[in-house]
Amino acid sequence: MHRFAKPSVFLKFTAPILPWLSALTVILIAAGLYFSLIGSPVDYQQGHTVRIMYIHVPAAWMGLFCYVGMAICGAMSLIWKHPLADICARATAPVGATFTALCLITGSLWGEPMWGTWWVWDARLTSMLILLFLYLGYMALVNAFDDPERGSKAGSALALVGAVNVPIVKFSVDWWNTLHQPASIVRMDGPAVDPSMQLPLALMILGFTCYYFVVLILRVRLELNERRIRALHLSGMFEDPETPTSAKEQAYEAGHNAGAKQ
Amino acid sequence: MSEFFSMGGYGGYIWASYGVTALAMIVLLIATLRGLRSSRIEREQLEAVLQSRRPRRTKKTQQAS
Repeated sequence: MHRFAKPSVFLKFTAPILPWLSALTVILIAAGLYFSLIGSPVDYQQGHTVRIMYIHVPAAWMGLFCYVGMAICGAMSLIWKHPLADICARATAPVGATFTALCLITGSLWGEPMWGTWWVWDARLTSMLILLFLYLGYMALVNAFDDPERGSKAGSALALVGAVNVPIVKFSVDWWNTLHQPASIVRMDGPAVDPSMQLPLALMILGFTCYYFVVLILRVRLELNERRIRALHLSGMFEDPETPTSAKEQAYEAGHNAGAKQ
Repeated sequence: MSEFFSMGGYGGYIWASYGVTALAMIVLLIATLRGLRSSRIEREQLEAVLQSRRPRRTKKTQQAS
């Protein structure tokens, strides 16, 4: 019983938050889009392409943020065997993978006009690509086992080992600075950015983060439903091994009639 | 207006970035909502089956939405 206690608390807790969080996501992203496309100045060197930054940097942030969240959940799942931690990690992976892929795609679209190339095998780009593979590996691994417990163990271990990559992504531009051509380094984060560009950047980062939490809540519900379905199938088979799953409708009818007679 | 869309000649790169981001985020959200809906329907069907089969047994279950 206590295994179900926490997920039910999660559901009760998040149900009233979800509509507000969804509205906040829409408002933040709408405002972010206005300021990134219309309400912000062009860069004196890059012209309009600086507008790609307003989705590229938030997507990169989400890729790392989701990975850290997934690794922490993985650790909690391994140490305390908490079912909700495992569910959150599984729910986070597709969102993180999506944003990491978007970061790479928008980075390419920014790199082609500004660097003159779609792709360079430099430390930052390569470590970001590894991050994407870690997400994909995690998702493949957790679903590769018939027993979900074994899948989550293997997946959590991968998520934790892969967490080494997060500081590598973060500091790659400092550690391997010499590999960059000075002209190609477009360092735009933090206080180096003009306040007029900080606003759309902050709005988009907050908007993307809210979007993640909305999708997280929905995916946790989805995962909880699927676990419940699995448990019901198992208990159903235990009770009556003669009834195949495909005969669900018939079972429903039969059960309904039996119930009515009593 | 066309000046806005051309983005100083970089329109293609910029709109492709925004477009692919919007598309991916919307597709992920819709896929999640559809999965949630079908899983909820399946869970409710199964719960109805089990409940009607064992009417006297008190069920200790959590309410997942």
